Amino acid sequence: MTTVSAVSSTAVAPARVRSASLGTSRKRPDGGPKVKGEFAFSSDLWAEGALWGKVLRSPHPAARITGIDTSRARNLPGVKAVLVADDVPGNPFFGLEMKDQPVFASDVARYMGEAVAAVAADHPEVARKAAELIEVTYEPIDPLVDPERALDPVTPPMHPMGNTVRHISVRHGDAVASGDVVVEGTYEVGMQDQAFMGPESGLAIPDEDGGVDLFISTQWLHVDRDQVADCLALPPDKVRLHLAGVGGAFGAREDVSLQVHICLLALRTGRPVKMVFSREESFLGHVHRHPARMSYRHEADRDGRIVKIEAKILLDGGAYASSSTAVLANAACFAGGPYLVPNAVIDADVVRTNNPPCGAMRGFGAVQVCHAYEAQMDKLAAALGMDPVELRLRNALQPGDELLTGQALTGAAPVAEVIRRCAEAPLPPGGPADEPGSMTLPGGAGRTADPTRVRRGIGFAVGFKNLMYSEGFDDYSTARCRIEHGIVTVFSAAAEVGQGLVTLVEQIAEDVFGTDKIIVAPADTGVGSAGSTSASRQTWMSGGAVDAACRKARDSLLDLAARRHGTVAAVLEVREGRVVSFDGEIDETIEEATGGAAIEETVEFRHAPTFPLDERGQGDAHVSFAFAAHRAVVDVDLDLGLVKVVEVTTAQDVGRVLNPVQVVGQIEGGIAQGVGLAVMEEILVDQGLVRNASFTDYLIPTALDMPLVQIAALVEEPEPGAPFGAKGVGEPPTISSTAAVAAAVRAASGLALTRVPIRPEHIALAAPRQGEAGS
Amino acid sequence: MTTAGRADQPDQPDQPDQPDQPDQADQPDQCSYTLSVNGQEHELRGAWMGESLLYVLRNRLGLPGAKNACEQGECGSCSVLVDGELVCSCLVLAATAGGREIVTVEGLGAGERFTDVQVAFTETGAVQCGFCTPGLIVTVHDLLERNPRPSELEIREAISGNLCRCTGYGRILEAVETVRDARLAAASRAAPVAAGATRQEGAG
Repeated sequence: MTTVSAVSSTAVAPARVRSASLGTSRKRPDGGPKVKGEFAFSSDLWAEGALWGKVLRSPHPAARITGIDTSRARNLPGVKAVLVADDVPGNPFFGLEMKDQPVFASDVARYMGEAVAAVAADHPEVARKAAELIEVTYEPIDPLVDPERALDPVTPPMHPMGNTVRHISVRHGDAVASGDVVVEGTYEVGMQDQAFMGPESGLAIPDEDGGVDLFISTQWLHVDRDQVADCLALPPDKVRLHLAGVGGAFGAREDVSLQVHICLLALRTGRPVKMVFSREESFLGHVHRHPARMSYRHEADRDGRIVKIEAKILLDGGAYASSSTAVLANAACFAGGPYLVPNAVIDADVVRTNNPPCGAMRGFGAVQVCHAYEAQMDKLAAALGMDPVELRLRNALQPGDELLTGQALTGAAPVAEVIRRCAEAPLPPGGPADEPGSMTLPGGAGRTADPTRVRRGIGFAVGFKNLMYSEGFDDYSTARCRIEHGIVTVFSAAAEVGQGLVTLVEQIAEDVFGTDKIIVAPADTGVGSAGSTSASRQTWMSGGAVDAACRKARDSLLDLAARRHGTVAAVLEVREGRVVSFDGEIDETIEEATGGAAIEETVEFRHAPTFPLDERGQGDAHVSFAFAAHRAVVDVDLDLGLVKVVEVTTAQDVGRVLNPVQVVGQIEGGIAQGVGLAVMEEILVDQGLVRNASFTDYLIPTALDMPLVQIAALVEEPEPGAPFGAKGVGEPPTISSTAAVAAAVRAASGLALTRVPIRPEHIALAAPRQGEAGS
Repeated sequence: MTTAGRADQPDQPDQPDQPDQPDQADQPDQCSYTLSVNGQEHELRGAWMGESLLYVLRNRLGLPGAKNACEQGECGSCSVLVDGELVCSCLVLAATAGGREIVTVEGLGAGERFTDVQVAFTETGAVQCGFCTPGLIVTVHDLLERNPRPSELEIREAISGNLCRCTGYGRILEAVETVRDARLAAASRAAPVAAGATRQEGAG
């Protein structure tokens, strides 16, 4: 019996008592293969007769393409196919929100790294040489690299769809309200890269039916599938995607990278094609975190209560739209921070430029504005002569408060508690190391610091963002539970990218059936969409879908058993993998209970509906929110500008902890990315040219850079409507950790430091400042 | 249909398509050599001499445990031991590694299902996406061979050549400290006087 049923999270029972499985630190099922080196990542796959694919990319950020000669490449021995734009049988464009990006640039290249052609050959080195032999005639044009200029209506559009991708005005409350104390500032965030370890890679295998099987590392199989099928002019069922091992994601695998190219090559050659990006290609070939320029004006009364916020937010979306419209919505909606803001005037824009395309990265628009509004809160505290933590407590959102989008804050919102718990945690004892040459001083192994010129600083920040998709998006996850021959198998297309959903799925199914004899099938498009592994949504959405599908299958099992025994299902339950009656008369295995039949239940799980923002930026656009506070302790070498992040303390609103070790892992890993953005990580783009597309030049925190993380509290206030009461935990650690580190460096140095990442020269070469860090 | 790694050779000329292709063995930039990996000898014939040890392990010998995150010696995910020395296999030309003893993550544990380091990684939460994990496993084995009682700072320094983007290193440090302490405790039980001075082979 197969049925598809819809379940809404509003119908989910309130959080249940913890089972023997949920709430424990169950080990990941893929941990064993991963430590043995046996886990098959997308770059580890091989098929008999497979070719190697390679993409040729534009070296120019802006150029007209007047000719492409592939003859020399085609004639190279070992080359099996060379494809350009004319070889795309279907839609020549793809994109997550707007189909504005060509599969191959044909008449114009709009960013450095844009795909122009693709090659398949019998050895990766032959493919690389062949790509070099493709002769593309470029006429470079002056790149549009300044987002302010892109926004100017007189600037010619660099894309047929125009330069402005989206504009959002938020008009909330009284636009002319004023406060007694005013602080202003302009802030910038650089372009961060997700820098996952496993490079983009995949294996495409053509099928005799004219379709293709693609084994791919991605965050959302179905949205890839739909874009690939559209470009290939194939019905979606002829494009079957299978999740290959994913070496991290963090947003960079939401967009199509090599998916279309590799399938085209496989279909053209009739042979399996494997493609693995080099690290340089990976930097050029996926979207980044949007760089931001933000001007803020906060007005508050003498008690420190925020009266009004005015802000202008400008995000550089780079050459194509990707998920820019949703990133911008987050930047606008969360522009005030987790504070009660009665009046707001916010104008937010995201524009196209000839810089690298930007899209999703952990924190998704909330990170950029947090850097700005938290710097403003510190300025406001200084102007009021108030303790920064006290100022935040005084303004902290509470349940029932109205957000600056007019939405009433429902659900768990322990904002004051995360602030308090984080602030109350003990500080690390002592100060900077006082012996010269200590490895723990700024500069570490370089042993450059003069201990007398090292200052310690402490910074505090709070942040929040939405969970799940917003603005009326039909956000759902599908799960299937099959009971056959006594075996329970769970099917979900949700992408495991390292976060540990695969562990949770086991825990949830085990919770329903009371047995650990559960098989979690590999994720593929053979089951309906699970939505994206992003927006901190899979624990809620696919966890909820798996729970609902398992419960429905269990209920069908009990119905079946009841009919066989001539009784009613209400007297039966599934306990420890057996079907038993309350009186003990019936006690049989699941296999016996099914009587040889197979049970299959498929569920589409939806969260409560959301609504678009109106023309004043008002609306119930979001379904749930998560909050976190961070306190950073840093040591700063004032002469060399080097920063040692000593410790980051956090308290986080998690709803309910379903797997403590995995929650800790998300928090520590998210803080590492926040620390990276604060003091080291930036894609350097000079006139549209990427200058540091390597791990030699784009630095991410090593074990020596990463501070001790102190988790002061996991605040467990179950979220109404959330399966198990659990909130997603992946993004909040990344949102305010950057702002906390920046605040700590400001405190140590006395400098304004309005831009992250803070570079040594911003400290060492800054003019000395006295007193407060004014605007 | 798909397997992790492979044992055949990807660049053998495709004869039906390439009738004019000369014999690969005659190409000036190709060579033949023998690699000793995890105690096994492998004959390489007609391989392009520009191939890295990482490439040969992954694509010719069916040993995909060493990973390919940067291929320029920055990330440590391809870490292997060559004659007992920890190296990035992406920076070693395979043809120069003939006659040396190469140990990859697949060769650790000598018959055990999991080494103590591997067990600790799975139990402490040191594994998320797992792409950096094999390189870290090799590095941590190497560290604890050389220094049975590393301080936290020494551990951080030893693994600082292995980039991890998921974990923030916290659980990895815990895993290493767990193994260090267990090995020291085992050594202390075995020889109370010389506690920790030597490590038992295969301990853990």
